[in-house]
Amino acid sequence: MATYNLKINGKIRQVNVDSSTPMLWVLRDHLNMPGTKYGCGIAQCGACTVHLDGTAVRSCQLPVSVVGKQAITTIEGLSAKGDHPVQKAWLEHDVAQCGYCQSGQMMSAASLLNTNPKPTDSDIDAAMSGNICRCGTYLRIKEAIKSAAVK
Amino acid sequence: MKTTKTSYSSRRSFLKSSALAGGGLMLSLSWFSKAKAVDKLQELNLPDQWSELTAYIKITPDNVVKILCPNPEFGQNVMTSLPMIIAEELEVDWKAVVVEMGPHDNTKLGPQFTGGSNSVRMYWKPLREAGAAARQMLREAAAQTWSVPVEEVTTKGGLLIHEKTMKVAKYGELASKAAKIPVPKDSKLKAPKDFTIVRKPTKNVEGLKVVTGKPMFGLDYRADGMLIAMIQHPPAFGMKLKSFDASQTLKMPGIKEVFSLKLYEDGFEQGGFDTRTFNELLVVVGKTTWEVMNARKKLKVQWEAAGDTKDTMGGRRGKKEVTVPGGLESTTAQLEKMAEWANKPAQQLRKDGDPETAFKNAAQVIERTYNAPFLAHNCMEPMNFFAHVTDEKAVLAGPLQAPGWVEPTLSKLLNLPADKIEIQMTRMGGGFGRRAYGQYVYEAALISKKVKAPIKLIYTREDDMTYGIYRPMYTATYRAALDANKNLIAFHVKGGGIPEHPIHANRFPAGAIENYLAEGWEIPSNITVGAFRAPRSNFNAAAEQSFLDEVAEAMGKDPIEFRLELLKRAKENPVGKNNEYDADRYAGVLTLVRDKSNWKKAGVATSGNEKYHRGVAAYFCHNSYAAHVVDMVTRDGQPYVERVFSAMDCGIVVNPESAKNMVQGAVVDGIGNAFYGALTHKNGAAEQSNFHNYRLIRHNEAPKQIEVYFVENDIDPTGLGEPPFPPVFGAVANALYKNTGKRQYNQPFKTDPEKRI
Ligand code: FES
Ligand code: FES
Repeated sequence: MATYNLKINGKIRQVNVDSSTPMLWVLRDHLNMPGTKYGCGIAQCGACTVHLDGTAVRSCQLPVSVVGKQAITTIEGLSAKGDHPVQKAWLEHDVAQCGYCQSGQMMSAASLLNTNPKPTDSDIDAAMSGNICRCGTYLRIKEAIKSAAVK
Repeated sequence: MKTTKTSYSSRRSFLKSSALAGGGLMLSLSWFSKAKAVDKLQELNLPDQWSELTAYIKITPDNVVKILCPNPEFGQNVMTSLPMIIAEELEVDWKAVVVEMGPHDNTKLGPQFTGGSNSVRMYWKPLREAGAAARQMLREAAAQTWSVPVEEVTTKGGLLIHEKTMKVAKYGELASKAAKIPVPKDSKLKAPKDFTIVRKPTKNVEGLKVVTGKPMFGLDYRADGMLIAMIQHPPAFGMKLKSFDASQTLKMPGIKEVFSLKLYEDGFEQGGFDTRTFNELLVVVGKTTWEVMNARKKLKVQWEAAGDTKDTMGGRRGKKEVTVPGGLESTTAQLEKMAEWANKPAQQLRKDGDPETAFKNAAQVIERTYNAPFLAHNCMEPMNFFAHVTDEKAVLAGPLQAPGWVEPTLSKLLNLPADKIEIQMTRMGGGFGRRAYGQYVYEAALISKKVKAPIKLIYTREDDMTYGIYRPMYTATYRAALDANKNLIAFHVKGGGIPEHPIHANRFPAGAIENYLAEGWEIPSNITVGAFRAPRSNFNAAAEQSFLDEVAEAMGKDPIEFRLELLKRAKENPVGKNNEYDADRYAGVLTLVRDKSNWKKAGVATSGNEKYHRGVAAYFCHNSYAAHVVDMVTRDGQPYVERVFSAMDCGIVVNPESAKNMVQGAVVDGIGNAFYGALTHKNGAAEQSNFHNYRLIRHNEAPKQIEVYFVENDIDPTGLGEPPFPPVFGAVANALYKNTGKRQYNQPFKTDPEKRI
């Protein structure tokens, strides 16, 4: 067990956990932030995607011990009021079916748009193919990303 | 139970002040969807004075209309579409409606079962009646208050109006009075042409919660003092626990208890959906998920062959014993066994005319055999459930399609009366049929009872995928007899499977062919199965629709025209009895998809520089009709479905926005499963355990365009979640034939997974 001071969604949060604990479980179990989802635990589905200094990473593969001073952003902190362009576009296109994968999808999309404000179809495919949607909402996700890009 | 202040906290205070209605249709709640209601009220900063008009509807003095969704939500968007039906007849402004998931209470809220594409279909009439009854009660209240004849009181957008005296009141003003009026029996329902909410594309009411990551799923559930539990199941079907040593596990941080758990005692009468794969499991209980996951790895377990075992199945016709065969099964051996059984005599399911003679006299016989593997549901949210069981009561919460089906079994397992069992329905991260089987709920309940604490049982992805309850393994041999003029004179299908056959003997093309024979056979197995999005149909539509394509080709006919000719025959001069489908509606989706896809010549289409290989298929199930044309391209030497045209006839479409989403999702799901879906076994063990070796379709493999068209009619709604799924397989197979020149007989169609990621 060790104590970590983590910068999450702009606030310092202290946790006392085993150093191997993935950020996914730190967020969900220790900090009561369940917006970040568990889908596979092996970096295959993207449900657990968060931002580490603005870049999408799979939190199931991110041990708390390597985070250090890097800032973590989760779906709960993507915007204060749910009005990030990605969130707005997701509502506009009524993307979700079950919704379980969508926080991961949105975090990947937001990260893509940070570095590539006008992504092409193949840019989107490349950036998003690590995020599985079992309900098959891919088409709407793509449309939503394109809408968010022009916002 | 103490709970934290999440959206699930349990507070009853506001109930005391709500005016309760009495008598009549599904009325009056003794307890209500407490917690979420209170939180929403606080969010909205509203008074908590609700007047209850029927079990589904509550209205505040300042005109906030709360509508309860009776059925659990798993992405089919019932939380929006079911309340829309009530709002339509109630005549309220949809913007004023607050929707909440209802409590589990079958007496007041109906069957509350999500599955069989039945939610809208079974609730369509009762919910319209509930809305219309409440509106009628409000009109009565206005008539009494204003001393005017009730016939003269009209409604619009949540207002009560008496034109002659220019009186207007909001529903909320008269709701408490209306709540005391007896619920009328037959209020008049609107004509479909007057609908203003139903048939309007309407956004998901939970959209904002989804995009802001609010806790809404079972896996997000929390309660004070809650522990985490995981199971360890045998590594293979046909194995059971022999002995275990938990000493290393118990030394790990955060671990509270390790024990073995027997689910059903010998002779326990199982309900039809009480399927369990392993009756004895190891359980690890601890403080946090990561700690339990790690500690579980330290278990030292010995497993042994289970041998033949017995299940006692309950049922209306009394109980019966079913033998589950022992042994460690492998996919290759299963395929060989299926091929062997396919040649044995089978059970006759339907026979018209004299197929034997017709086949004997045929100028040409086409015979093809199709195979499909087990499929895992792979709901994005793995199985999990919260349980807090004490001697007095049980509180459970989590993702579940049919709370009413698990309650009787829970009651027996826990020895508690049903009214002491509270099941909260959380939003499900997918279901696809898997969550109609409640064994994980029972496990959670028994674990909580044993450790005397609130627990949340979590399956890892690996637990989930290797547990069973799969789509069965199927095969079918189709034969068609042509005469010298290439007329189709006889049709024969013989289907089998592990452990059930897929044949729906009374479906198309039955009824359209003079001489027809359908047969089925089944091989028992210890690999457990369950409903998987459009059970059986999801195989039939792949096999039969590929076969019909091949028959049409042999006859020199366009595949759509060929089907339309058969349907014409089925309509004008049907063969045999009990034909399940409506030939007109079936033909309707085929002509719609033909026209919308601009289908000219079978097999190819062009757009700009792009050349597409096309495939078509149609199917009837869950009382609805679906047809697709898929257009395939080759990129980097690989076939991809680039665009799809879909036609659906599911009667009145309550919410076109989510209906379209559902069809698009079914298309993507169908392509994914047709190309990659497979759960195989070696020595009883599932060979796939997570998404690195079980391929699900991904962004880059999904079509770029899916156009969805609904047949417009005023038929009461029929199924939607499942029907568009099965024919995708057939359409993909037929397009692949055009694309590669090879017919597809074995699923998955692409067996070279490495290439595509
Ligand atoms: S849970 Fe991290 S990628 Fe699936
Ligand atoms: S919306 Fe259900 S998994 Fe994506």
